[in-house]
Amino acid sequence: MLRRTVLSAVGAAAFTMALGGAAVAQETLKIGLILPMTGPFASNGRQIETAAKLYMQQHGDTVAGKKIELIVKDDASVADVAKRIAQELIVKDKIVVMAGFGNTPLALAPAPLATQAKVPAVVMAAATSSVTDASPFIVRSGFTQPQVNVPMAEWAAQNGIKKVVTLVSDYGPGIDAEKAFSGTFTTKGGQVENLRVPLANPDFSPFLQKVADAKPDALFAFVPSGVGAQFMKQFVERGLDKSGIRLIGPGDVTDDELLNSIGDVAIGTITTMHYSAAHDSPENKLFVEGFKKAANGLRPNFMAVGGYDGMHLIYEGLKKTNGAGGQALLDAMKGMSWVSPRGPVAIDPETRDPIQNVYVRKVERVNGELYNVEFATIPNVKDPTKATKSN
Amino acid sequence: MKSHTEDDVRRVLTRRGRWGFSEIAFWLVAVATLVFMPDRHLILNEIAIIALFALSLDLILGYAGIVSLGHAAFFGLGAYVAGILAQQGIGNPLIGLAAAALAAAILGLATSFLVLRGSDLTKLMVALGVALILGEVANRMAWLTGGADGLQGVNVSPLLGLFEFDMFGTTAYAYSLTVLFVLFVLARRVMASPYGLSLRSIRDNPLRARAIGIPVNRRLVVIYTLAAAYAGSAGALLAQTIQFVSLDVLAFHRSADVMLVLVIGGAGYLYGGIIGAVVFKILQDYLSDLTPQYWLFWIGLILVLLVLMDRERMVSKARTLWKRTANRLTHRAEPLATTRTAREI
Repeated sequence: MLRRTVLSAVGAAAFTMALGGAAVAQETLKIGLILPMTGPFASNGRQIETAAKLYMQQHGDTVAGKKIELIVKDDASVADVAKRIAQELIVKDKIVVMAGFGNTPLALAPAPLATQAKVPAVVMAAATSSVTDASPFIVRSGFTQPQVNVPMAEWAAQNGIKKVVTLVSDYGPGIDAEKAFSGTFTTKGGQVENLRVPLANPDFSPFLQKVADAKPDALFAFVPSGVGAQFMKQFVERGLDKSGIRLIGPGDVTDDELLNSIGDVAIGTITTMHYSAAHDSPENKLFVEGFKKAANGLRPNFMAVGGYDGMHLIYEGLKKTNGAGGQALLDAMKGMSWVSPRGPVAIDPETRDPIQNVYVRKVERVNGELYNVEFATIPNVKDPTKATKSN
Repeated sequence: MKSHTEDDVRRVLTRRGRWGFSEIAFWLVAVATLVFMPDRHLILNEIAIIALFALSLDLILGYAGIVSLGHAAFFGLGAYVAGILAQQGIGNPLIGLAAAALAAAILGLATSFLVLRGSDLTKLMVALGVALILGEVANRMAWLTGGADGLQGVNVSPLLGLFEFDMFGTTAYAYSLTVLFVLFVLARRVMASPYGLSLRSIRDNPLRARAIGIPVNRRLVVIYTLAAAYAGSAGALLAQTIQFVSLDVLAFHRSADVMLVLVIGGAGYLYGGIIGAVVFKILQDYLSDLTPQYWLFWIGLILVLLVLMDRERMVSKARTLWKRTANRLTHRAEPLATTRTAREI
């Protein structure tokens, strides 16, 4: 008799605990943030993590009555580790959505998992156009290289630049940037010569010497965020700053995080990009101030804005689906539009890439600091690679 | 007189070839993780792969004294061979594994003649150079390898036509663990043979080994080739279970990490690599969860402490203690001195 009572009590206790556990699990929505926090792309990871946490701090950690938990994981800039971590987050932590992905290989490796597990993946950094083709569950909150480089080519053609040498890092986004720029620029009657620098351990000096010998009107440069300072240093060492060759390119070279440490040599560089810390809007002011406070004065760059908007996309998506993930969340994120610190953004429901303004900017000294100051806007640019494909 | 020594050696070798209780327990625990830790299979799979890679380095570093900082060359080649085969439609994992091991063995044989010249430092640099060359070749041949973006579309068929590589990594881990075990048993057999002993004598004193008639170079070429095949198999396991290959597999940090693993676990005995891999990966996983930004600092600190505190001495102390307790428990009066002589043979 006593034994039975004890047994049933234990059983009841176990049952309640199991129920309680399930209830708690239902109330938390986990977001897996996979970022390169160490290794060569660590600066991207740091920017995105700070921005994502800032977003949660500003907007609270409850969505649709459920608590949001952000799990930050370091992939050490190694693609197979990124994939393993994504897989663990899906099967072990049961995340509703994954996000981050510091560069193209780090996004392409886990992409098949998004499809298999039907877990949406918000790509905040990787900028090769083809990333969203890798899985129908990928949504991008950052930008694509062709998106910012076609406007660059148009601007160059309109502003008396006839001969350009391109110098890009030899991997997905670099090749995308080169193709997008060269393609548009040659159809506008320009002349282009292409150079590619290895991604690992880049030494730019021999390539820059070639540029100096070719004497083009402008040098179009793409290097991944973080390598810009080294590039600019070697640009000056080779005397290219005094040769009359103009420096143009996507905003990666004059990355906001590094711009001040690059110094005055950067002044006058013309770039096209979707985000500048100097963008004049109340949303951006709030973002920059909050970010600097959270990161000890570090300035946010385009990686940070990708992370911030990625979180916005996830928050608003979850609000629409009332906390449900999978296909519903994906559908909720498609076609969403809002005003971001970078300006107006919408997610193209066809390609799942952002449609956004691209700004032409010039490096100037403002209040003692160097900024990319926007002076022209090309509104609502879609990813041009996919736009031509679908036509 | 001579036959007497031969008998002695044979007896000692047979005894040392026998499986001890702790060894059997070790592998039983490994199998148990397959059943009892279903949500950790992914990291366990990675541990098994790194363990195999470290075992491969141990064969040349711990047993033959060849210092190499370019072991990733074989690992990466194996990964690319297996990955590209699977991508081109030959998805059978066992064929991929065999092809990867073979390709790595051929590269090992070919480069052994370069590597096995000169001093330790020369060996180290030549091996490093080979890995760098291979890395750049893989980068240049982007049409085949996918270059810096990585190899896309690796589709591995179900193992033995039965077991699909699942999301939970269960098949992957079972597969990697089995391969690790089979290759471990092979390595154990080799190292307990007279050939293994001759390798150790070369490591301890190559001049003397040559003087007593051991064909030093031939022996080293064979073990270098075997180790290359092992590393290639580890690479193949990575490519097949992760179903993605990037240039990272040939990167310098792979070679450095595996050296680190071996330092943690201890070179010169077969479990060193495996224990090192377990400790390293668990530490990394735990620390990088705590501080995603600064875990490398803690790993570095632990490594410095480990080396300073002299792991060898701690392990041997622990071992003596264990032996003494075990002896007392079983009342088996096997003197320690005999074991020591056996090790010296």
